[in-house]
Amino acid sequence: MKLTDSREIAAQSQDVWAALLNPEILKACVPGCTEMSGTAEEGFEATVVQKVGPVKATFKGAVTLSDMNEPHSLTLTGEGKGGAAGFAKGGADVKLEPSETGTLLTYDVEAKVGGKLAQLGSRIIDGFAKKMADQFFADFASAVEGDNPADEAPATTEAEEAGAEGDEDKKKGWLKRVFN
Amino acid sequence: MPKDGIGASTKRREDIRFLTGNGNYTDDINMHGQTYAHFLRSDIAHGKINNIDTSAASEMPGVLRIFTAADFEEKGGIPCGWQVTDRFGEVMQEPKHPILAEGKVRHVGDPIAVVVAESLEQARDAAEAIELDIEELEPVLNMKEAIKDGATKVHDDLTSNLCYDWGFVEENREAVDEAIKNAHHVTTLELVNNRLVANPMEPRVAVGDYNRSNDEFTLYTTSQNPHVIRLLMGAFVLNIPEHKLRVVAPDVGGGFGTKIFHYAEEAFVTWASKVLNRPVKWTSTRSEAFISDAHGRDHVTKIELALDENHMFTAVRTDTYANMGAYLSTFAPSIPTWLHGTLMAGNYTTPLVYVNVKAVFTNTTPVDAYRGAGRPEATFQLERVVDKAARELGVDPAELRRKNFIKPEQFPYDTPVAVTYDTGNYHATLDKALEMTDYAGFEARAAESKARGKLRGYGLAHFIEACGIAPSNLVGQLGARAGLYESATVRVNATGSISVMTGSHSHGQGHETTFAQVVAEMIGIPADQIDIVHGDTSKVPMGMGTYGSRSIAVGGSAMVRATEKIINKAKKIAAHLLEASEGDIELKDGQFTVAGTDKSLAWGEVTLAAYVPHNYPLESLEPGLEETAFYDPSNFTYPSGAYICEVEVDPDTGKVDILSFTTADDFGNIINPMVVEGQVHGGVAQGIGQAMLENVTYDENGQLLTGSFMDYAMPRASDLPMYSTDHSCQTPCTHNPLGVKGCGEAGAIGSPPAVVNAVIDALQRGGYNVDHIDMPVSPSRVWSAMQKG
Repeated sequence: MKLTDSREIAAQSQDVWAALLNPEILKACVPGCTEMSGTAEEGFEATVVQKVGPVKATFKGAVTLSDMNEPHSLTLTGEGKGGAAGFAKGGADVKLEPSETGTLLTYDVEAKVGGKLAQLGSRIIDGFAKKMADQFFADFASAVEGDNPADEAPATTEAEEAGAEGDEDKKKGWLKRVFN
Repeated sequence: MPKDGIGASTKRREDIRFLTGNGNYTDDINMHGQTYAHFLRSDIAHGKINNIDTSAASEMPGVLRIFTAADFEEKGGIPCGWQVTDRFGEVMQEPKHPILAEGKVRHVGDPIAVVVAESLEQARDAAEAIELDIEELEPVLNMKEAIKDGATKVHDDLTSNLCYDWGFVEENREAVDEAIKNAHHVTTLELVNNRLVANPMEPRVAVGDYNRSNDEFTLYTTSQNPHVIRLLMGAFVLNIPEHKLRVVAPDVGGGFGTKIFHYAEEAFVTWASKVLNRPVKWTSTRSEAFISDAHGRDHVTKIELALDENHMFTAVRTDTYANMGAYLSTFAPSIPTWLHGTLMAGNYTTPLVYVNVKAVFTNTTPVDAYRGAGRPEATFQLERVVDKAARELGVDPAELRRKNFIKPEQFPYDTPVAVTYDTGNYHATLDKALEMTDYAGFEARAAESKARGKLRGYGLAHFIEACGIAPSNLVGQLGARAGLYESATVRVNATGSISVMTGSHSHGQGHETTFAQVVAEMIGIPADQIDIVHGDTSKVPMGMGTYGSRSIAVGGSAMVRATEKIINKAKKIAAHLLEASEGDIELKDGQFTVAGTDKSLAWGEVTLAAYVPHNYPLESLEPGLEETAFYDPSNFTYPSGAYICEVEVDPDTGKVDILSFTTADDFGNIINPMVVEGQVHGGVAQGIGQAMLENVTYDENGQLLTGSFMDYAMPRASDLPMYSTDHSCQTPCTHNPLGVKGCGEAGAIGSPPAVVNAVIDALQRGGYNVDHIDMPVSPSRVWSAMQKG
C-alpha cells in the first residue's frame, strides 16, 4: 500500500522540523496514540489503539527516524505489533520545502499489514491508511501552525493535562488546536 | 421388492438428526478434564525464526504447557501420501512438513507454537504473550519466478522450489510437437484455474484423548477417512501402532476434499493428550480455516489444440504450473498429475496428448484436492479450448464436439493418456442436454434479451471424470503410498436386522440412506432394518474413506460382496432347515423358497437359526451371520455428461446473471435419484462459485487478502438459478457389481467451463472481441474485457 500527498503548513521549515522530532507533538497527532516516549536520536516507543474494520487492537511499536537532513527531509520507519490482530509496519519519506505559505510538506508513505488485520481488513486498509495519514498530517499542520502566538486562545482542560507532560509554554498553542 | 430399494428416491434418513440439531459433530464431543489448544500462527509469509520466548506466556493464568517445534524433535513430519516421479525418472522433491514450524515459517498460518490451557480464552491470551523474534524473508509467490535460477527458496534444503517437472505421456512428446507444428489449425489458450478455499460448513476440529490405563489413544476428528489418518499419523508421525490408536470421525459437516488430509493439529492433540494426561481439544475458527485448511486448484496453464482440415483433433499439448503451497499436503502431488493428465483426452478421439506439469513450492497455504481434484482443471482447459477453436473456425461448438467424440461403439476405449474408458455415450448426453435447453430456440431468446439491452449467451461443456478411485496395483505403480480398495462388514443380528460397517465415510453424501437401499434390495427386507455404521476405526475393519466419487463404486461394491457372502451362507442354513439342496434355494423379498415348491422360510427365521443353532449344520457351517469383504476395483469409473449454461450479461456493468443451468449426466446405474440430484446441485453450486465468485488472493507480501466471508465470495442462493438435471442416459459401469460410476464431483467438474463459455458467447454475440476471461468472471473482469474487446 502506497500513498503520496502534500500539505501546506504556515510555519518555517525549522519549526516544522522541530515538531516532527517532538514525541509530544507526535503523540497528539498520531490517531489513537495513547503513549509515546523516546527521542529522535534513539527512536520512539508508541502505543496506538485503532480499529480497522472488524479488528480492534492495541499496537505497540517502535518508530525510528533516519536519513535526517535538517530541515529538509527525513524518513520515519515504524512497526507495530497488535498481538492476535497481526501487525502494521511502514515508512514515510517526508520532505520539507519552503513555500509561499511557509513550508510544503510532502510525504511518501509505504505501509503493509499482516495477520488478521490483512485477512479481515484488507478491503478497507487502503482507505484506512489514507485516512490515518491525512488525519496525522492535518493535525500535525494545525499543531505547528498553532505555535504562532497570535493564534493563542484559552487552553482546554485536556490540553492542559497533556501539555503538563511536556514543555507547556511552547506546546500550548498547538495542543489547543489539536483538541479543539 | 422393498419399496425403499435401489431406484427409490427415499428421503435421507440422516437429515432428521442434522435438521433437528441432533447431529453429533466433533465439536459436540467434550471430555471430562478437557483442555484447550490454541495455535499461534505465523502472520508473515516467510521468515527465519530467531527465537520463541514462551517464558512470560507460560506464567499466565490457566496455562498448562506451551509447545514449540523443540517438543517434537523426536516425532516425524506430516507425511505425503503420493510420490510423483518426474519426466527424467527422478522422484519429486519432498520437504519435511513439521507439526510446528522448525527454523522458518513458510506461509501465513504456519503454526509456530501451541498453548494448552484450562480454557480457550486463557490459551488465546497466553499466545499473545509469546515473544517471537522472526526475521522476515522475501516471500516466494509467483510460480514462474519461483523456479528461476537464484530465486529465494521456500525450503533451504531443497535444490529449488520445483517439486517436480512431470511429463505425460513422455514418449509422445516429440510426436505431439510434430503434430502441432503440422496442424491445419492450432487454437491456443492461456488460463488460470483460480485458487479456492473449500469452506465446509463445519470447520476442522480435533480432540485427543489418551487412556493411561491401557495406553490407548483416541482421536476424534473431522475427517473423510479416519483409517487413513490412523495409518498416516500412527505410523509416520507419532509411532503409535494401529491397535493402540482409535480414530473417530463422527458426523462431519462437509469435506469437499479438504478433510481428506492429515493435519498437524490432529497429531498435536493426540500426542499432547498423553503429555498432559488430559484430553486436548482444538476447534478451528473460520479465520484459521482460511489459512490452514488445504486450498484447491491454482493452476496456470497454456493449452494448445491442433486440428486437421476436417476439424478433427490431432493433438493436445499443455504446459501447467501447479501451486503446491509451502508444504506437500497428503495427496497434493497426485492432483495435477495422475488425476489431471490422465483426463486430457476428454471425451474425444484425440490421438496424441502431452501434458507437462511443473509443481512449485510457494509461501502460501498448501494446495490439495478440492471437489473434482485435477479433473475440473483438465475439463476446464479442454472445454474452453474446444469452444475457442469452434469460434475461431466458425463452426457450431456442439457440432465440433460431436464430431470428435468417441463413438458409442468404440468402447472400451483406450485413450492416449493411459486409461481405458469402459463405457459411455457422449452423443446421448449431448443430445439430451441440447434438447432440454431448446438449443434451436436460443436465437429467439437472444433476440428477446437484446431487446431489453442484455447480451444472452449459451455455453456448453462436456466432461469426463475418472472416479471410483482406484485399482491399488495401478496407483501403486503411479506413486501412491496406499492401496485404494474399500472394506465392508455386514453383521446380521439374530432377529434379522443388519449393521453394515463400511470404510466409506459420509460427510453429507447420504450413505446411511443409499447404502441401506442396496442391502435392502439384495435381501428384500425394508431398509429401516439396516443401519450403516461408518467413521470409527474400532468398528469398521478398514477403510480408505470417501473422496474421488468412490463411495458407491468402491465402498458400495465391498458391501455388495459382503452381502453376497451373507446370502450364500444364509442359503446354506435355509437349505438345511428346508431339507433341500442349496442350489434350489432362492431368496426373494426376504423369503427363502425351494424352487418348484411352496416351501419357504422368512429371512428372520434363518438369521435366528444362525444364532440359536439348535437345528443347524454345525459340522459344516459355523454359527453366526457376519461377513467381511474387501473390494479392489479393476478400473476407474468414467462418469460423463453435458452441462449447459445460459447467461445474460449486462453490457453497462459487466454483471453476469445465470438464467438456467442444465445437466445431462451419465452416472451408470442410480441407487437414489433424489440423492444423485442433490449431489449434482451441490457440485454445480460449487462450480458456479468458482466460475463467478470465489477467488483466493494474496498480496505482494503473501498476506491472504480474501481471508473471510467479507472478501471471499461464496455462492448464495440468489447467485444460482433453478437447475434442470437429468441422468436418464445410463451406460452402466462394466466392472463393478452395481454398474455405478459415482456422482459426487461431476457438478463441480462440468460447470465452470459451461459458465465461462456462455459468458464468452454472450460477449461475442454482442460484438465484443473477447475470447477468454479468467475465473471468477466478476462484473469488473467482464466489464474490463469488454472495454478492451
